[in-house]
Amino acid sequence: MKNLSFNNDPAPRLSRNDIARKAAQFLPNSSIVNLGIGIPSLCANYLPSNIEVLYHAETGLLGYKDLYEGEKGNPNIMDAGGNFPIEVPGMVFFDSIESFNMIRGGHINITVLGAFQVSGTGDLSNWMIPSRGIGSIGGAMDLAENTPTVIVAMEHTTSTNIPKIVEQCTYPLTSKNCVNLIVTDVAVIEVKYYEKQKSKLILKEKASGWNISEVQKITNVELFEE
Amino acid sequence: MKNKKIYKSFSDSVKDIKNGSSIMIGGFGGSGGQPTRLMLALRDLGLKNLIIISNVAGISVTTGYGWPKNITPVDQGIFFETKQVKKIICSFPVTGSIKPISEIEKSWQNGDCEVEIIPQGTLIERIRAAGAGIPAFYTPTGVGTIVAQNKEQRKFNNRTFLLEKALSADFALIRANRSDTFGNLEYIGTSRAFNPAMATASKITIAEVNEIVKPGEIDPEKIGTPGVYVNRIVKRKLKDPYP
Repeated sequence: MKNLSFNNDPAPRLSRNDIARKAAQFLPNSSIVNLGIGIPSLCANYLPSNIEVLYHAETGLLGYKDLYEGEKGNPNIMDAGGNFPIEVPGMVFFDSIESFNMIRGGHINITVLGAFQVSGTGDLSNWMIPSRGIGSIGGAMDLAENTPTVIVAMEHTTSTNIPKIVEQCTYPLTSKNCVNLIVTDVAVIEVKYYEKQKSKLILKEKASGWNISEVQKITNVELFEE
Repeated sequence: MKNKKIYKSFSDSVKDIKNGSSIMIGGFGGSGGQPTRLMLALRDLGLKNLIIISNVAGISVTTGYGWPKNITPVDQGIFFETKQVKKIICSFPVTGSIKPISEIEKSWQNGDCEVEIIPQGTLIERIRAAGAGIPAFYTPTGVGTIVAQNKEQRKFNNRTFLLEKALSADFALIRANRSDTFGNLEYIGTSRAFNPAMATASKITIAEVNEIVKPGEIDPEKIGTPGVYVNRIVKRKLKDPYP
């Protein structure tokens, strides 16, 4: 897929792979991680070599990494994206009860999810486009609501340059006040919570050639620098 | 003595399913753990007004989700193209792309069926609760979203939770690797998924297996579903092309 690009952009935006590469830098060593489908699933390809994490999949799988390509693979070992991971020592299987006990119980440390919209108070909308009227929740609500650290990896705007970081989500919510970090094709933004439901968006990093006012133009919530 | 649990054919094992029955279909979504032969046998009954309960549903035919690339997928869409479904309860009925449109979405757009979308962790826990004799439970998932509409809420330790009710069905169609003649089931890898919980939450549980063996041939430590939950066992033909 091509990088998004618009006439007023001061510099190129990152590719989807580079968004994943950037988000992967925020996965702490030894953490238990669940990657959502889309850009988040690409993070596994870019984990820094000095970092080891354990990946959890809703299908009932802990401890996978690389996937089979082409016609290879065992349908009885599947990740939540419908791909077939390669068997590795230490891999463990369990049923869906256990898989969601792990999520709801807060045993997954960190999740990377895609988004349609993120609000200034860390609300996440990622399961349905209102005009379509039907969508898929899957494991996203359980993950967003119950995982201690939620990273959103997404393009900063829609394909028509409409901001996805908004005052208030207009798409159906996945979870409120859940997002901690937003990694996009132009910036890394922390959602800093002061008290329940109160937060500020802190601009932590900008893509090469972008400054805060350029990022602000395509962000509907005020950005602060540290 | 004749073993009453072992059925000779898939069509025999599902023939008392009726118009309007509620049916859980096991697995996660994708081919591993899906009771594909039972689904096809049920479809061939040509029933109406079924209530289907599944997790990821009906996206394999359009996307290949969870199927080996050299096999044409079968998914829950087979019940929708034949207009057999009144309602599906699931967590993941469509992918992010609008095209190509799946049988479920088409059926929903035409007003032929209702689609109830439930967070996956809530769906599995509702099924677990039904099988475990628990009428309802509180979960934080869905608070502040449309999932919370018309649900009782309660605070514990300053956090809000939703009351979710147990979900049972008339029949569960499930899939395992091997069964012994008592119906003790062994699963492989991620093909467990919704199968063990669904086995406990229906009036009649029908298991599709690769092999039926003598008691003792499956290591008792590796039995994923004790036979007490399994009413019927049907063995696949050798070398069935479906995973």
